[in-house]
Amino acid sequence: MSLTTAPHVPVDILRFNTCGSVDDGKSTLIGRLLYDSKSLMEDQIEALERSADITGGGQINLANLTDGLRAEREQGITIDVAYRYFATPRRKFIIADTPGHVQYTRNMVTGASSANLSIILVDARTGVIEQSRRHTAIAALLRIPHLVVAINKMDLVGWSQARFLEIRAQFEEFLPRLDIKDVKFIPMSALNGDNVVEPSPHTPWYVGPTLLGHLETVHIASDWNLNGFRLPVQWVNRPNNPTDQSLHDFRGFSGQIAGGIVKVGQKVIAFPAGIVSTVKQIWTYDGPVQEAFCPQSVTLVLEHDIDISRGSMLVGLDHLPGSSSELQAEVCWMHPRALQAGKKYYLKHTTHTVQVAVTEIVNKLNLATLESETGATELAMNDIGEIRLRTAKPLVFDGYSANRLTGSFILIEQGTNATVAAGMLNPPREIVKPENGDYVI
Amino acid sequence: MQNYHLDHLQHLETEAIHIMREVAGEFERPALLFSGGKDSICLLRLAEKAFRPSDIPMPFLNVETGHEFPELIEFRDRRAKQLGAKLIVRTVDQALAKGTATQAPGEVSRNKLQIPVLLGAIEEFRFDCAIGGARRDEEKARAKERFFSFRDSFGQWDPKNQRPEIWNLYNGRLNAGENMRVFPLSNWTEMDVWEYIKRERLEVPSIYFSHTRECFRRGGQWLPLPPEHTDPTKPDPYAGARPKPSEPRKTMVCRVRTIADMISTGMVESPASTFDDIIAEVAAARVTERGSRADDKASEAAMEDRKKAGYF
Ligand SMILES: Nc1nc2c(ncn2[C@@H]2O[C@H](COP(=O)(O)OP(=O)(O)OP(=O)(O)O)[C@@H](O)[C@H]2O)c(=O)[nH]1
Ligand SMILES: [Mg+2]
Repeated sequence: MSLTTAPHVPVDILRFNTCGSVDDGKSTLIGRLLYDSKSLMEDQIEALERSADITGGGQINLANLTDGLRAEREQGITIDVAYRYFATPRRKFIIADTPGHVQYTRNMVTGASSANLSIILVDARTGVIEQSRRHTAIAALLRIPHLVVAINKMDLVGWSQARFLEIRAQFEEFLPRLDIKDVKFIPMSALNGDNVVEPSPHTPWYVGPTLLGHLETVHIASDWNLNGFRLPVQWVNRPNNPTDQSLHDFRGFSGQIAGGIVKVGQKVIAFPAGIVSTVKQIWTYDGPVQEAFCPQSVTLVLEHDIDISRGSMLVGLDHLPGSSSELQAEVCWMHPRALQAGKKYYLKHTTHTVQVAVTEIVNKLNLATLESETGATELAMNDIGEIRLRTAKPLVFDGYSANRLTGSFILIEQGTNATVAAGMLNPPREIVKPENGDYVI
Repeated sequence: MQNYHLDHLQHLETEAIHIMREVAGEFERPALLFSGGKDSICLLRLAEKAFRPSDIPMPFLNVETGHEFPELIEFRDRRAKQLGAKLIVRTVDQALAKGTATQAPGEVSRNKLQIPVLLGAIEEFRFDCAIGGARRDEEKARAKERFFSFRDSFGQWDPKNQRPEIWNLYNGRLNAGENMRVFPLSNWTEMDVWEYIKRERLEVPSIYFSHTRECFRRGGQWLPLPPEHTDPTKPDPYAGARPKPSEPRKTMVCRVRTIADMISTGMVESPASTFDDIIAEVAAARVTERGSRADDKASEAAMEDRKKAGYF
């Protein structure tokens, strides 16, 4: 083996996921992308060929690259997200191949929640159906900034430009009702590789980039919010019987910065106590630093001895968050037992878990029209809607649109501990008031 | 630091530290699985970064098959001591003696026997969480794994019914007897691991670097010749891991790419003697690292089946 390969250069990362209805070709597309970009290893190709001989009548099945579970290969569907990693000289990619089956929408939400870009596949023969709209709505709700609509199986509609334009029009009819900024339409055949890595000879009427070309060049803004310092405390760092005398009184607050920048000497408010203190030290394993920013993991030492524990939040004095026990949020419901107003759950927000009661279902998204409709009495599995909640203790939070990390939560069913919903908080109605004298020691 | 930008290793690092601290915050009795291999070496550094200046708030746990590379055991014990951590070792031999594990007739690999030993240790110490160094890029069943992977009271993974895992909000709630496996390195690739080891200047067991070793051919791989059996009063600990007369031998310049025990680890021919050499080799590799693992060659679903039974 030669050791003279070009040095490996770290580059930025694009995280993307595939979505769309069952059998639209998501897993095939990922297989094709990996195969044509030469990201597969010899033993992976051999394994594909072996299973083609055994079960595929000699035809290799590109979807088997991500359909890693036995039950998936048996049924030819994806059940849970598969993550794949590949790199081109321009970028690193983390792929989440998610299932299209309605029953597994929760796993689609899992794969999409960390994406910068979503590829929505549509079968050119069937066009837009409810599940395509549901997945597009979820991508919009999660605020995934970039969307690619892959109009797939063009080989089965004779590479018809008219059909491509027709499906694009179906999308453009409902897209304005969703908040999505950047949408690109690409005609392709995942099975044959047209417009995936190489431009297709069958679509002279399409002048845009191939899928990989687009993925390599799309501008990705930072996911992280650098306005308004937020540190949800994960763990209180108190050395037990340290041999180093200077650590005797060490009391640090460890966590991942969820927003903004923090500097030594800066004032912060500790919630829920609501008390102001000053940052004395920013401790890291690699030595103290003068400032740190989102999403770094740090340990802060403060000037004053304040009651702070896991679930507390340290915030900067500018761009203050909201604080309330009355919340309103959009949720994706993910459990067969429907959400009912009045029921109690656990809510996990940042590092804080509280009891919560759902007080009202405000509206529910009609997936045929993508209009929100009032009057719903429950949210069933895979429904999307807006609800009101009352928490046992106030939450210190931001709107999801301002900060993904401090504006999101999950609901957990008591007893079974099942994760039943993903929630995105509306912007706070009132922000905490720093001029209140209570905040100063 | 003025441009407020993290490179991809720094992103992976902060994600993993966040997960480690969630474990410390959400579980009462966590453990960290430390084998001395390259992935768990990264885990230890991440634990230091997550918890220092305090002690790492969980013991280390290792399951021995009895067929380990001696270099690995020496390294494991030394590293645990350096970090001031409590190291718990449970072995397949103990489990065989107690009858809590039984070997399938004719099978020499002890890979599957690690499962009852691990589950036994979890029960013995009432661990509610075990942090492991598995990565999604290793294998296609692993590619399906969550960061927080729920196990029922039999230690089983149910891949058709995993908890949704959204943003970085991990649901660590358990009922009695259930436990969680947590994988902070889920998003790391083999390349990321070596770049991190290099950046952090971490020590790794010598067998990762090129050395000369006598090997023998079995199952399409070059397996290492185990150490001599010197104490005739005791049974040979490496019985089954020794070549049969029919198995060809060769002295090779080689290293390990991934470490299991001596009868599951194929040696790869390699002159790589520095981190940079290894990184160049990984960049040019045409087979995956698991291509050199005998335990994964059993069948297409070998890993999935072991994980369902409680494997890490
Ligand atoms: N003719 C043709 N067939 C395709 C194309 N893409 C996918 N297919 C076929 O469509 C079927 C379903 O493909 P998959 O990739 O498994 O679909 P999927 O979207 O991943 O399905 P789920 O994950 O279960 O939702 C397979 O038989 C593919 O071979 C295409 O571009 N042209
Ligand atoms: Mg699929």
